[in-house]
Amino acid sequence: MENIQKTDQNQVNTMDNASKNNGTPLLSLKNLHVWFELKRWGFAHAGYVRAVDDVSFDLHRGDAIAIVGESGSGKTSLMKTILGINRPIKGDIFFDGQSLSELNPRQLREFRSKIGFVQQDPYGALPPFMSVRRILSEPLIINGIKDPDEREERIRKVMSEVKLNPVDDFIEKFPHMLSGGQQQRVVIARAMILGPKLIVADEPVSMLDASVRVEILKLLENLQHSHDLAVIYITHDLSTVRYFSERIFVMYAGQLIEKSSVDGILSNHLHPYTDALLKGTSEPDANNAKIFKEVPPGEPPSLVNPPKGCRFHPRCAKMIDGLCNVEDPPEFEPAEPGHLTFCWLYKQNGHES
Amino acid sequence: MATENGKSLLEIRDLNLHFQTTQGVVQAVDKVDFDLGYNDAIVILGESGCGKTSLARAILRLLPRNVDRYDGKVRLGDMELMGMGDEEFRKKVRWVRMSMVPQAAMNALNPVLKVGDQVAEPLMIHAGISKENALSHASDMFRRVGVPVDFLNRYAFELSGGMRQRVAIAMALVTTPEVVLLDEPTSALDVLTQTNIFNLLKRVKQEFDVSFILITHDIATSSELAERVAVMYAGQIVEVSDAGNFFEAPLHPYSQKLMASVPRLRGTQDLEFIPGKPPSLIGLKAGCRFAPRCSFRFDKCDQDPPITYKGDRLVRCWLHAEG
Repeated sequence: MENIQKTDQNQVNTMDNASKNNGTPLLSLKNLHVWFELKRWGFAHAGYVRAVDDVSFDLHRGDAIAIVGESGSGKTSLMKTILGINRPIKGDIFFDGQSLSELNPRQLREFRSKIGFVQQDPYGALPPFMSVRRILSEPLIINGIKDPDEREERIRKVMSEVKLNPVDDFIEKFPHMLSGGQQQRVVIARAMILGPKLIVADEPVSMLDASVRVEILKLLENLQHSHDLAVIYITHDLSTVRYFSERIFVMYAGQLIEKSSVDGILSNHLHPYTDALLKGTSEPDANNAKIFKEVPPGEPPSLVNPPKGCRFHPRCAKMIDGLCNVEDPPEFEPAEPGHLTFCWLYKQNGHES
Repeated sequence: MATENGKSLLEIRDLNLHFQTTQGVVQAVDKVDFDLGYNDAIVILGESGCGKTSLARAILRLLPRNVDRYDGKVRLGDMELMGMGDEEFRKKVRWVRMSMVPQAAMNALNPVLKVGDQVAEPLMIHAGISKENALSHASDMFRRVGVPVDFLNRYAFELSGGMRQRVAIAMALVTTPEVVLLDEPTSALDVLTQTNIFNLLKRVKQEFDVSFILITHDIATSSELAERVAVMYAGQIVEVSDAGNFFEAPLHPYSQKLMASVPRLRGTQDLEFIPGKPPSLIGLKAGCRFAPRCSFRFDKCDQDPPITYKGDRLVRCWLHAEG
């Protein structure tokens, strides 16, 4: 197995967060592989889509991380696996020290009540025929809270927490009567109502207008601090990341290629793909219209048959022939501790962590 | 802004487009004034529901059935467009001198026609040339927008999002129009694809001598193309400035708040948001439409603010009114 050597390295890497926060991590991904089988004529095996390929990281209580990647990089598959919707083909997820693969369906339901999910498109995520009260009581009913008064009390509490004030004005409304920002608040309230320890937010602000976007980001930030929540923020927009997360994981073609603090990425990014992403992110500046920006040629690879070696090498200007296109890059730690990258460029000045 | 004999390419004055609905009249485009120069690019910036797509429809006369009021003055080169009949407008203006890349262009392509045929179609209709000829023009256009020529025989579903967007741009350019309206051309695309498309649009602008009207809500990416910026709020244009001044120091309080809400990669300033929400476009009262959310509000704001010109810049706000 070509992965054996790499597996050992990754097991060491998952320790790197422990220096910051002692104790068991809240969420721990160990060599997670999520592959979807392709079938020919409905039964014959025709390969795999390697949506997530060997991803490992730890997340502690109160940590906010961002996973940044383009569409098709596997960030949604990763998220769905964390939510317990997809099953990994290899590797495992540990939540509070408990392996997800060992859970029976009842335990899985209990596990899901500890994770809140904020969807991308609030209007699509809210059932149009339910009032806000119905939407918010649903998770409570499913999780066995039978007393209607207690449900009402919890609904009102969570609504005032997400600043849907005054509560009486909103509780009877249907989603189409709310603005985009208010709809997203209802989605966040639904994610928060069971008192989760982890919130997974999939592009929570990309469908919103600029002026509302900031309001929702600030709300999420306040909730994170007041409830000591761990947050996984999934986005393709690097410019919003810094207002919210402490660490950034950059994902490309099913793999994490750089893990760093937000400052580390902004001041001293390592991987050539991260560089391209940063250069592609616009800032409002009139000079932008006068220059052409450099973009790596080509498009992200097919995940059915990804390139050998580093998956970015066909598009990379700094590709080292005979190395990048042959061998998978291991994780290097060339700059500051905790800033890791999978890139052969740092073979000389970095030590393999 | 480049002019010829002191005249701009497209001049829009007092343009109104109101819709009739069961709740009342929606003033989607209300007294809009702006100019577009030769080989110019203006960005119409606004949040959802401010009427920016309706403005594009009003300019290209792609109107729904429930129009309540549609008037004003639109001049393109030497043509007065508002006096034209619909048939004349279709034959002489739409897709001949002005074309459009619609919002979510990736879904605007016909799924059962080959993309090459779709790009050739406007030429066959408007220039009346044969299909072979039109297809050879289309393949030339594909080359220029960076789509491999053998994609002519593909269907839309066989193309990636970025490629579909390029096809939609090719379709808008194939009749060599003078004005191209781009309605949120990159809102559904990835960062790098977005950058690619803007690189393409910049090159097209240099090569084709075309003017762009870019309609978007995304302030940061709009700067990739903008020579001038027009800010739209609740159906009205509240500010028109050149890009340099706008991104440095916008005049209207709404523009200032918008700029303060843009997330930046670097820098330390705190992000702001605008409390409240835009007014409904039905039954609007007199007075500045932004006043209820404005931190500079004073007595005069209850009356309609006048349009003030400051050099080349236009602003609709009592703070900047003279006298």
